[in-house]
Amino acid sequence: MDHLGFKPLSRVAVCGGTHGNEMSGVYLLKELQVSQPERVRSFSLSTLLVNPRAVDACRRYTEKDMNRCFTDALLSAPTTATTPYEVTRAQEVNGQLGPKGSEKAVDLICDLHNTTANMGLCIITHVSDWLGLHLFKYLQEKITSAPVRLILLKSPFSEVYSLESVGKHGFTLEVGPQPQGVLRADIYNLMREGVNRALEWVESFNSGTVFEGGEVEAYIDVDTKDYPRDPKTQELTAAIHPQLQDNDFCLLKPGDPAFVSLSGETICYEGEALYPFFVNEGAYYEQNTAFKLAQRETLLLPAVSVKKPQ
Amino acid sequence: MSSNNVASFNEARRVAIFGGTHGNEMSGVTLVNLWMMNSREEIQRKGVETQPFITNPKAVEKCSRYVDTDLNRAFTTENLSAPNGKDLPYEVQRAQEINRLFGPKGSSEAYDVIFDLHNTTSNMGCTLILESSKDHFNLQMMNYIKKAIAPDSCPVLLNEDPGLKYATARSVAKHSVGLEVGPQPQGVLRSNIFEAMRIILKHALDFIELFNEGVEFPPCTVDVFKVSERMDYPRDANGNIIAMVHPNLQDCDWEPLTPGDPMFQTFDGKTIPYEGAGAVYPTFINEAAYYEKQQAFVTTRRETLAANAIRKV
Repeated sequence: MDHLGFKPLSRVAVCGGTHGNEMSGVYLLKELQVSQPERVRSFSLSTLLVNPRAVDACRRYTEKDMNRCFTDALLSAPTTATTPYEVTRAQEVNGQLGPKGSEKAVDLICDLHNTTANMGLCIITHVSDWLGLHLFKYLQEKITSAPVRLILLKSPFSEVYSLESVGKHGFTLEVGPQPQGVLRADIYNLMREGVNRALEWVESFNSGTVFEGGEVEAYIDVDTKDYPRDPKTQELTAAIHPQLQDNDFCLLKPGDPAFVSLSGETICYEGEALYPFFVNEGAYYEQNTAFKLAQRETLLLPAVSVKKPQ
Repeated sequence: MSSNNVASFNEARRVAIFGGTHGNEMSGVTLVNLWMMNSREEIQRKGVETQPFITNPKAVEKCSRYVDTDLNRAFTTENLSAPNGKDLPYEVQRAQEINRLFGPKGSSEAYDVIFDLHNTTSNMGCTLILESSKDHFNLQMMNYIKKAIAPDSCPVLLNEDPGLKYATARSVAKHSVGLEVGPQPQGVLRSNIFEAMRIILKHALDFIELFNEGVEFPPCTVDVFKVSERMDYPRDANGNIIAMVHPNLQDCDWEPLTPGDPMFQTFDGKTIPYEGAGAVYPTFINEAAYYEKQQAFVTTRRETLAANAIRKV
């Protein structure tokens, strides 16, 4: 497994507004549309505003979370008048950028997201996507203004429900912290740098550069913790503890403070020592998630380069 | 000190604490729900009937700022006197109901004090919002709170210019106090923000108790930031935003902004400087809810208000 060859990445799609209130991507798309004609590239770059209705309403979604609609099952489900907007739209997007799993799919999807959690810049990609992993390695080497981390998805592709799985290769670029509905210049600039470096990598890859293998550290989602809730009303009875708040990716050990009750008592974490992330993400209250927990693993990447024509 | 300079007020017997005026501002929603479902001991004071109240339950249910229209702009004379009916926007119906329960606005039956609990995505810390520079009771309360939390600070924002102020839910009461605590994203509950709001409220209620017991508060001065101007984002001919709050201005609420300082940054990285006549103190910098109100931040000027001594009648 020393060196893998891949076809050139000739069609790249940058997507934003998959969640309508995650503002950096919505505005970065507009900037890419303006700056694109000025650049000569080895690949075609398209941009797509994924959930325009949610963007107009400045809400995460209108009926169903768009970024849960890209499983094989939902993409092939028959649609009726009562089908949620996002399911129908996902099928449309799959038609434009996919179909998922087919030869016609775009070569690379970059899906832009924000989080209210203090996660810096994260690349979320599938464990089997060597190019996605190499993109991460490149971004981590080049971007020094914020921490850059890798989060890996391990489920079978048919079950992966997020947009980036539609492309032959794909990754989510998740940048935070930023409140929903807010456009922060520092977060926008960080995302812009991430996208620019990613496109730079694609250009370099297509031109024949050999990207050497090596080790990367990755976080793998293994568990989720909900807020303590009142058993009758399901209302929160505690908030994230100040010592955990904003400390994404700092090891959380059994006995460490995790929550503080509304009456001021500390509630400690009880479980394996793991790395918390998506700590206090605004959209996850309704998904019964106060924070996710990850194991950290080291992956060995092979060298990659573009396959020379036979 | 001559007793002629003492302003007398009736005891503040009826006090309301509003949460959820904006349904996604979680500190107030959580505090009011806590007091409505569990013990109210924390907010009880001798001789005071303290009523916690969720003003916009449908918006709270949806975790959105409002359903049809902003409740905190809905308490206009026109809305409050409109013939009531199901056709009215939800928040206008709510405004009329709240006016019945806690007002009527401007009458002697109105509640004595209403505290309205808000959060902001702006880095405003614990801000107290005053709607009148002549409300000596409120000024004394704010002076008391500021002294109680020192050395922590608690800026006072004065919004009384008729062209800039708006018809708030709390304006139904004789004395209206806005508590605006940030930064906190919409839909998120941060424990430090929650606790800070709780502490401010505790001091405010302590003040009311002392006042009702007959304590005379000597004359004092209160430094305030008076709202001066609303600044919108630069926009193109179609009304789209073409620049963001500059990183140098972002999170710098209450710090002086002088002509020439960076104010906005375009999407391709150019700086747009502030070009006013003199230094101003910006606040509500990059509040999520104000994009649709064409407001990137407001400028304020510093003023010192004098408050008379006060005691109960």
